[in-house]
Amino acid sequence: MTLDQLKPGSKGRVKHLSARDKLGQRLLDMGVYPGLTLKVVRNAPLEDPMEVELDGCFVSLRHSEARYIEVDVP
Amino acid sequence: MKSNRDLIALAGQPNSGKSTVFNVLTGASQHVANYPGVTVDKMTGLFKHNGKDYEVVDLPGTYSLTSYSPEERVSRDFILHEGPSVVINVLDASNLKRSLYLTFQLSEMETPLVLDLNMMDVAENRDIHIDPQTLGKRLGVPVVPTVIKSGKGKKDLIEAITAAAKTEKPVRAAHIDYEEMEPFFREIETKLSAAPDLCESYPPRWLAIKLMEEDQGVQEVIRKRHPAGEPLVEFVAGQREAFERQADIAPEMHIAHRRYEAADQIIKACVQPRSETVVPLSDKIDRFVCHRFLGPAVLVGVIWALYYLSIVQGYNVTNYTWPILAKLRSLTEAVMPSPGFIEIPLIRSFALWFVDSINALLNYIPIFFILFGLIAILEDSGYMPRMAFLMDRLFSRFGLHGQSTLPMVLGGIYVGGCAVPGVMSCKGIPDERSRLATILIIPMLNCLAKVPLYVLMINIYFADHKGLAMFFISTISLLVVLPVSKALTLTVLRKKETAPFVMEMPPYHIPTVRGVLKRAVERVGLFIKKITTIVAAVAVIIFVLLQFPGLSEERAAHFESQKGKALSAFYKKIQGTAYAEPLRDENRLMALITYWGDYNTARMSVKDKEAMAAVNEQFESRDKDLFAIVRPGRDREAKKVNRAFKNLFRTRKGLLRDMRKERINSSFLGKLGRWLEPATRAAGFNWRVNVALLSAFAAKESSVATLGALYQQEEEKETLETRMAREEAGFTPLHALALMLFMVLYPPCLATTLAVKIQSGSIRWMLFSMAYPMVLGLGVAILVFSGGSALRLSGLQAMVGFYGLALALTVFMGVVKNQNEYTR
Repeated sequence: MTLDQLKPGSKGRVKHLSARDKLGQRLLDMGVYPGLTLKVVRNAPLEDPMEVELDGCFVSLRHSEARYIEVDVP
Repeated sequence: MKSNRDLIALAGQPNSGKSTVFNVLTGASQHVANYPGVTVDKMTGLFKHNGKDYEVVDLPGTYSLTSYSPEERVSRDFILHEGPSVVINVLDASNLKRSLYLTFQLSEMETPLVLDLNMMDVAENRDIHIDPQTLGKRLGVPVVPTVIKSGKGKKDLIEAITAAAKTEKPVRAAHIDYEEMEPFFREIETKLSAAPDLCESYPPRWLAIKLMEEDQGVQEVIRKRHPAGEPLVEFVAGQREAFERQADIAPEMHIAHRRYEAADQIIKACVQPRSETVVPLSDKIDRFVCHRFLGPAVLVGVIWALYYLSIVQGYNVTNYTWPILAKLRSLTEAVMPSPGFIEIPLIRSFALWFVDSINALLNYIPIFFILFGLIAILEDSGYMPRMAFLMDRLFSRFGLHGQSTLPMVLGGIYVGGCAVPGVMSCKGIPDERSRLATILIIPMLNCLAKVPLYVLMINIYFADHKGLAMFFISTISLLVVLPVSKALTLTVLRKKETAPFVMEMPPYHIPTVRGVLKRAVERVGLFIKKITTIVAAVAVIIFVLLQFPGLSEERAAHFESQKGKALSAFYKKIQGTAYAEPLRDENRLMALITYWGDYNTARMSVKDKEAMAAVNEQFESRDKDLFAIVRPGRDREAKKVNRAFKNLFRTRKGLLRDMRKERINSSFLGKLGRWLEPATRAAGFNWRVNVALLSAFAAKESSVATLGALYQQEEEKETLETRMAREEAGFTPLHALALMLFMVLYPPCLATTLAVKIQSGSIRWMLFSMAYPMVLGLGVAILVFSGGSALRLSGLQAMVGFYGLALALTVFMGVVKNQNEYTR
């Protein structure tokens, strides 16, 4: 399952980042790395982008970017 | 080399309060410049401590120090090449884990560090209790806890900085153990030692880490400066693969992972575990601000307030500031040599032209001041990322970005913005392709200065459908801008660098009055400095183009003889009256003309009889004879002179107008307008319209002013509308529509052009921003005019037709796929 498929309110554990280069590095810099638990807070009014909570901070990203984050749902 | 001044760099992540630290340290002694080759601001400031000067450079806020963004490249190049004595790393105490992620990268660059553990109050409020001493011990660097917003810890920070700057051999910060990757680093470092001068200018371990991260900037350096550069880069590529096979994780991911793990360990040692997790206030606010229905409503409210306060209320403020500017003009009038009967001294007309041009811009200052203040509030409060969050879906479909919202609001997404602040605010858009697209389309939005021409055209040619026409012109610009931006993205901007959207939603902050005012004053100052100089230069150029080569000798002689005729007719009429003597020569006559003007002005502002009597008394004491002519009463002779003078006054006005018209006709600009006529005929523009459009390049308001000069008044107080309708008998609503649409697409004015150059960082984009709207505008005008004529459409039909076409194109362009795939 990838992050963009998670519904608002649900939690997931990052299994793998399939993005490399710019996007991959950017996600790492924002604190998204394998093993981290994150929570989808909400989608924007037009569905995209989405907002997630990780380690107490809030990060928004497009669904097209969230597709590169594989998650496990506990 | 380093003088007696120590160089200090400020580094930190966005929203860590770094700029506040910079302001508190340096106060008013700040200076903005640009890093060479990029559009990143370089903020420099000074402070003094114990008689020693310290120069502080505020590096751009970044989450990391890779080579993926210009901000990160600029920051790390500064630290490596400028050799600051100390780097102050500002940390957000409420977000320690991610803050330390950057700290580790800074310490790997082996630069002397001082940690400013900022926003301690926010951390305490969130029940996060940090022990700064333990943190310092674990990291091996001085740590100063601060709440810099309220000045708490400032003294300690300065002490720590100056102490660290003095230390000859600074303590090395603790390094991260990258575990199974360490042997790989050692191997690379051995190979690096073949280039000793390279290892002199860069820490070898840092180079090794960056190479394992596949950092393209460092690869470039290796290729250039290592004797076996290319083989080394290839060797590292092999090492990366070997590591990934061995550890089953991409090297850069392992590196980031280790940094976060190290941060976690340190946090465990120096932070008391939280008793319970609370929902942060910001998230509670976001439940409304980012809500499916309430969010857009709040956004519309914010934009409306922005418009209302800056444009509407700002305009009201200009009612109070305009008299000051008007005074400047009348002062200039008084200082300049006075006009003759038909000879206006060149220096006089030039000075007045110049003052008028500058005043037109200075008049906007109250608006800009309010606008910039409000933007500073939006920026400091943290609402901007929410705005981007709400709008990204819509804008990204057209190649723009969520963060294009504010620039577009400022540029005039409906009616009444200004492209200059709009383009200037594009700076924050991280994605270069979207940023350029935004910069290029903003001038097509409806800025305030385009409105007079719309109003003029609508009043004459769409008088029966004013509301509809106004709605059309207000919304059509958005329908043009979106497909154009998508088209640009798919063509000329196709190869430009893009950046991921991934964006932090920082906690809300209450902006401080001081911070907001400071920023507003700063930006207005920058605006005045940068823009007025250019506008002044252009005012001179347009003046020359409109004034020269001037009247031919033949025509000048013609006007001279007209003047002679008028004067001798006047003197003949007043011959034998008692007033012939007081008006004996041209000087006296000019005095009467001035007197007449002054008296009429004074009379205009009078409300009751008493005041009138006072005005009369005042003018009578100024000059008895002239007063008698101006107010002849029952004096028969005076009445006669009064009539003759009125006649003469009208003749003079007519002569002056004819001269001005002929001067423009034969001026360089007039010639250019005529020369362009064959090309613009298909769009329905004659040479007069061309001249008006050409003069609008300096400032768009000029279009209507120039039209005013070109269509002469026949009777007093005749509006430009009636004049234009009369003189352009062949002009139809279709002509007007083509002209209005051309104005929508009109190339940016000079001030905006300059802003485009600053924000795009290139003259080529600036020239492009001027050329493509011209082609597009002419194309659209030809389509509407020639197409509309061929189909025998009325102006209104053509308007509806074009609207439908633009709407269809917008929908179509929105559906076309963006190519933005990331590598796996």
